[in-house]
Amino acid sequence: MAEQIKIQTPFTEEMSRKLKAGDAVLISGEIIAARDAAHKAMTEALARGEKLPVDWTNQMVYYLGPTPAKPGDPIGSCGPTTSGRMDAYTPTMLEQGIKGMIGKGSRSKEVIESMKKNGVTYFAAVGGAAALIAKSVKKYEVLAYPELGPEAVARLTVEDFPAIVVIDCEGNSLYETNQEKYRTLKGY
Amino acid sequence: MRELDVKTITENVAEMCKEAAYYLPEDVYNGLKRGRETEKSPVGQVVLDQIIRNAEIAKAEDRPYCQDTGMTIVFLKIGQDLHITGGNLEDAVNAGIAKGYTEGYLRKSVVAEPLFNRKNTQDNTPGVIYTEIVPGDKLDITVAPKGFGSENKSGVKMLVPADGVEGVKKAVMDIILHASMNPCPPMVVGIGIGGTMDRAALMSKKALTRSIDQRNPMPEYAKLEEELLELINQTGIGPQLGGTTSALAVNIEWGPTHIAGLPVAVTICCHAMRHAHREL
Ligand code: SF4
Repeated sequence: MAEQIKIQTPFTEEMSRKLKAGDAVLISGEIIAARDAAHKAMTEALARGEKLPVDWTNQMVYYLGPTPAKPGDPIGSCGPTTSGRMDAYTPTMLEQGIKGMIGKGSRSKEVIESMKKNGVTYFAAVGGAAALIAKSVKKYEVLAYPELGPEAVARLTVEDFPAIVVIDCEGNSLYETNQEKYRTLKGY
Repeated sequence: MRELDVKTITENVAEMCKEAAYYLPEDVYNGLKRGRETEKSPVGQVVLDQIIRNAEIAKAEDRPYCQDTGMTIVFLKIGQDLHITGGNLEDAVNAGIAKGYTEGYLRKSVVAEPLFNRKNTQDNTPGVIYTEIVPGDKLDITVAPKGFGSENKSGVKMLVPADGVEGVKKAVMDIILHASMNPCPPMVVGIGIGGTMDRAALMSKKALTRSIDQRNPMPEYAKLEEELLELINQTGIGPQLGGTTSALAVNIEWGPTHIAGLPVAVTICCHAMRHAHREL
């Protein structure tokens, strides 16, 4: 197995620029969960000229969709959700200082351009590896929009959260290169 | 005549919903391990290690294997000599789904109406329930929750007889290539060939309840299953981030069809190939 690089948050642009597509990492520290409804609420707040409830400077955002937590657990099974649904909001959010994004699936051209400009790394968590990921989450605290329930913006304290760099801040994408590399299919 | 109270059905369905969400079937787990041994991409190996570890943790700790605990598909084979008492069968099954998803801390992912208001029913009901009347006096239940990352990439193609085997392969590969890494591969691919459009789709779902180690009993179809698996593993899709383990198996079911038709339905399932089976 390839060596896994340990990352401790806060995640700065300098740290982000060192990572290359294909690097396997283990993230420790704090990451912030937000998905569809929270992204909509935040970009709307920015459009109205309001300040966001969370300071995104040097933060990592995680697009997650958890199952309910069992009593005594900080969180239920919590694998990544499809990042593409956040694409429309992402360039605006990256301007807020986010340096890392964790989700699954490819991203739009606009997002990749904004990543290059802002020095942002996009990580994939393994789709469906939700119980494994839950083990790395030590604490879950709602930061904003509690009315959104499981979609509220929340701070996760994580230890060795497993992820893989899929698009680095130079725009290199594992989705393109690694599929091509192992493709032997002919005639279809 | 043998009697079976609906309460027993509700209890069993509730347990099966949890069982299916927590425990990956043995054949799929072993398939993942075999995939890990032959995977050529180093990143693919890392992904498979995590998927295998995930299955082990989910099983050891009774946790949902994936956070999308699916829409609940239930196949019922009802013996014609069985008398179900104490209430309505479908209500009993739905009560079991509600109980299982609530008690088991599973995600509720069903909306009551699909287009205009999409309000969550809060207990994952109703399930998609299929009934079949069979000889005997037993009730055979299969609970197969289906995640929608992979369901959204499934499809049907209405071919004509002249398209033949090559046409079937092309139709399947078009759907697979379009799905790419989105349905959380390694996938298991269920295919229904023949029938009508709806029957083909149903056969493609039933195909997924068969063990991934069991090939179709008819040699021509068994061979087609193997050829398609090989083609899918040549796409480079791999375990999500590129590689050689794109699918673990292709299961085909076929049925009689019309002289003018050759329907082909493909249900893509992710590595979260979950199902539970019991006979009451
Ligand atoms: S496609 Fe399957 S593994 Fe992926 S998130 Fe959906 S249910 Fe989970």
